[in-house]
Amino acid sequence: MVKLILRDKTWELPAGMTVRDAIKKAGLDPHAVLAMRDGKLINEETLTRPGDVITLISVISGG
Amino acid sequence: MSVRRGMRCRKCGAPAVINMPQHKLALCEEHYLEWVPARVGQTIKRFRMFRPEDKVLVAVSGGKDSLALWDILHRLGYAVEGLYIDLGIGGGYSAQSKEKVQAFAETRGGLPFRVVDVRETYGCSIPELAQRSRRGAKTCSLCGLVKRHIMNRIAYEGGFAAIATGHNLDDEAAVLMQNTLHWQAGYLGRQAPVLPSTHPHLARKVKPLCLMYEREMAAYSLVRGINYIYDECPYSVGAKTIFYKELLNQLEGRSPGAKLHFYLSFLKAKEEGTIRFMEEEEVQMQNCRRCGQPTTAGDLCAFCRLWERPEMAVCGPAEEFEA
Ligand SMILES: [Zn+2]
Ligand SMILES: [Zn+2]
Repeated sequence: MVKLILRDKTWELPAGMTVRDAIKKAGLDPHAVLAMRDGKLINEETLTRPGDVITLISVISGG
Repeated sequence: MSVRRGMRCRKCGAPAVINMPQHKLALCEEHYLEWVPARVGQTIKRFRMFRPEDKVLVAVSGGKDSLALWDILHRLGYAVEGLYIDLGIGGGYSAQSKEKVQAFAETRGGLPFRVVDVRETYGCSIPELAQRSRRGAKTCSLCGLVKRHIMNRIAYEGGFAAIATGHNLDDEAAVLMQNTLHWQAGYLGRQAPVLPSTHPHLARKVKPLCLMYEREMAAYSLVRGINYIYDECPYSVGAKTIFYKELLNQLEGRSPGAKLHFYLSFLKAKEEGTIRFMEEEEVQMQNCRRCGQPTTAGDLCAFCRLWERPEMAVCGPAEEFEA
């Protein structure tokens, strides 16, 4: 499984899909978040691996 | 099992940290950190925002865009100074954002910046001001009025050629969409990457990030290790802008580059005169007798009128006016 975290929300998803598909599965817009793994930014085509913890950063602000 | 090579940097072939379908470009960390300032530098030249010898004031809030802008202008070699306005917003928001600004400046060898504390200077924080305002004026519009006044004052006193703000493409496209849906001709006529100065006390305003996607700016801040305030101002929660940004992102998903095209084709149509907005009537401007900034109504500007009202007496006297 893969864990996706955005602020205080988490999702558990099967490994093997792209980061973009995982974001969509969580019901989020890939344009509105960035994904980090092991403290590094990763592009949305990256494949998720079992045990990954992916932190999502929201990019939209109100202003 | 299929082996995917993954997305690679166009310049060096290393794994890409960001993919930008809007530019048909994927880049690694190193090349992304080169690409962003280069693009901002081109934007500054393209719209003739300021010259290399100009003194520029950067309005910094502690958020990702303004800190990244400060970082980029500094990296490009411009003579920049930060301006942080302490609005006195509670819940730790103002305190934390100020800390981020201070820490940022320190870790970069002590970049110059000034702090204007609204409460110390004028006697009242923004929330206190909103609370005392008789007509229940919206906190955000009061805040905007106060910030504009302070930015103009500091730019005038410090002899700055321009004030740079961190508005990104998503900010601009969202405002453009909102104004178009309401056919706000006045606002549409004025929306531009550069707002020239029309009075000695009104600074030139420029938006060097106006062609940068908000996502690109967040990625730059992360890769560059800029520690910015992630939480929103408590008063902006649920702002309408977010709704328009989400709509535009849906459009972007269907057609990469849609946001950039929407904004750039608007600017081009205005420049070429295919769309035109009525010239604003030349209104008689007077100088405010307290601060010198221009006003169209009476002898006091909207900012100074705020502090004249009887219920504001507890706030005064403001040091700015003592001279
Ligand atoms: Zn590279
Ligand atoms: Zn005034």
